[in-house]
Amino acid sequence: MLELKRLSYAVEEGDGRLGILNDISLTVEEGSLVVFTGPNGGGKTTLAKSIMGLVQPTAGEIFWSGEDITHLGITDRARRGISYGFQQPPRFKGLTVRKLLTLASGDERLSKDRCCQYLTRVGLCANDYLDREVDGSLSGGEVKRIEIATILARQGKLMIFDEPEAGIDLWSFARLTETFEQLHAAGGATMIIISHQERIISLADEVIVVGEGRLRHRGAPAEILPQILADTLGGCPVLTKEAKAQ
Amino acid sequence: MMDTEIDRELLEKIADMLGKPVGAFNIRKDSGCDGRQSTEHIQITSKEDKPGIDIRIQPGTVNETCHIPVIITKSGLSETVYNDFYVGENCNVEIVAGCGIHNCGDQESRHDGVHTFYVGKHSHVRYTEKHYGGGTGTGGRIMNPKTVVYLEEGATIQMETVQIRGIDSTKRDTKIICGPGAEAIVTERLLTHGDQTAESDMEIILDGEDSKGRVISRSVAQDGSSQVFYPRMVGNAKCFGHVQCDSIIMGGAKIKSIPAITANCTEAQLIHEAAIGKIAGDQLLKLETLGLTEEEAENCILQGFLA
Repeated sequence: MLELKRLSYAVEEGDGRLGILNDISLTVEEGSLVVFTGPNGGGKTTLAKSIMGLVQPTAGEIFWSGEDITHLGITDRARRGISYGFQQPPRFKGLTVRKLLTLASGDERLSKDRCCQYLTRVGLCANDYLDREVDGSLSGGEVKRIEIATILARQGKLMIFDEPEAGIDLWSFARLTETFEQLHAAGGATMIIISHQERIISLADEVIVVGEGRLRHRGAPAEILPQILADTLGGCPVLTKEAKAQ
Repeated sequence: MMDTEIDRELLEKIADMLGKPVGAFNIRKDSGCDGRQSTEHIQITSKEDKPGIDIRIQPGTVNETCHIPVIITKSGLSETVYNDFYVGENCNVEIVAGCGIHNCGDQESRHDGVHTFYVGKHSHVRYTEKHYGGGTGTGGRIMNPKTVVYLEEGATIQMETVQIRGIDSTKRDTKIICGPGAEAIVTERLLTHGDQTAESDMEIILDGEDSKGRVISRSVAQDGSSQVFYPRMVGNAKCFGHVQCDSIIMGGAKIKSIPAITANCTEAQLIHEAAIGKIAGDQLLKLETLGLTEEEAENCILQGFLA
């Protein structure tokens, strides 16, 4: 179980302090799939990063499997089963896809078959990619899918994905949602996915809308999705029919 | 041959030799010949007028290897060696050179290797040269390799040079002249640390129609070391040339990279790219999320970069 207690993160701005996360408390049950959604700049990524240790909160506590991990570094959290798929993964000149998957799995003798399984689940063919470097020769979508494959290879107990759909084509996205669905059905891993996609949101056990550094709404997809749609132009009660049509 | 543990360590590092190599070989140790073997198709003979050897590879020789490593285990030894390679037509051979200096004294040890390749029509040469310095002495470990390659019509060379570590000063001088349809691919890997200095001066001349040149240079400069790269590509005919220099800079190191391309023909297509930067923070963070410590992540990035 993951527990966030009164978590805050603030940065210095001008003469004052700007709260990015404001007194967030949250419990994520083991084996559940939770989607963070909400407007850009609302604090979703900062919240997710604070769980991985990529951001150090200025107040509050984080407990994972009953252990206070608030002051643990990234490596220690990773070794306790927390993994994180970056929204914009870095590229590495000289590191191959095989090497990254091997590092992620922690198994120096990771077989080609296993690599193939991880890559297939993100819509990539091992024969085409295993020996390629994760450098500028790959497209943004390819790097993103390799990033997600590293999280699958990691087999962590808590998997965090920051906008996994960003930059991925429609066909690969469909494959990806199947993968999330299968992972969730298999149990064993707790998943937090930052997403704006209806298909991913609909997979969740719980959807949490994060805005202005707070948890604005939380509930089942059937409950939250209509609220999100109400915030679109189509759902705007102020605009006239003519304006919506334009 | 391979008498001591030091010999074995050096030969393994610079030529991947774990015992007597298969095929032709010549092992030079402390300015003497420590072992030689010619084969039916590859003849190795000593030069009469100066230190060094001639390697003559008969036309049509395929899938054969030739190892010519040099090791220096004495402090204060300095030598200039001339090795000439005559590769006949339609060959496909691998040549493994390399130099290892083990200096436990306080005097400078130095090897200047001058290699000249004459590669016949439609032959393919894969040439590997690794440099390594070891030993606990304060004497310098210096290597100044000079390589000149003449590629005849349709000939190719894949040249891979690696400076592993421990070389206090190096000045590399490489020149390749490509005939019609010839291709030169040069991959350079270089690591400096401490207060070492390295300079690499390279010129690829694309003389023949449809010739191609590609230079991929990757280096890491650590501590207070300094590096200077000067790769030049000259297009004198319809040709394609690409120079790519990437460097990672660390600590108080300095790197200067000056790629140059010169077109003397309207059909010459030449590109150069150069980049110097430190290890990106997001690369370290990514590897840390995979369970590596910061130090492990840094080593992993450097090893991959120089692999």
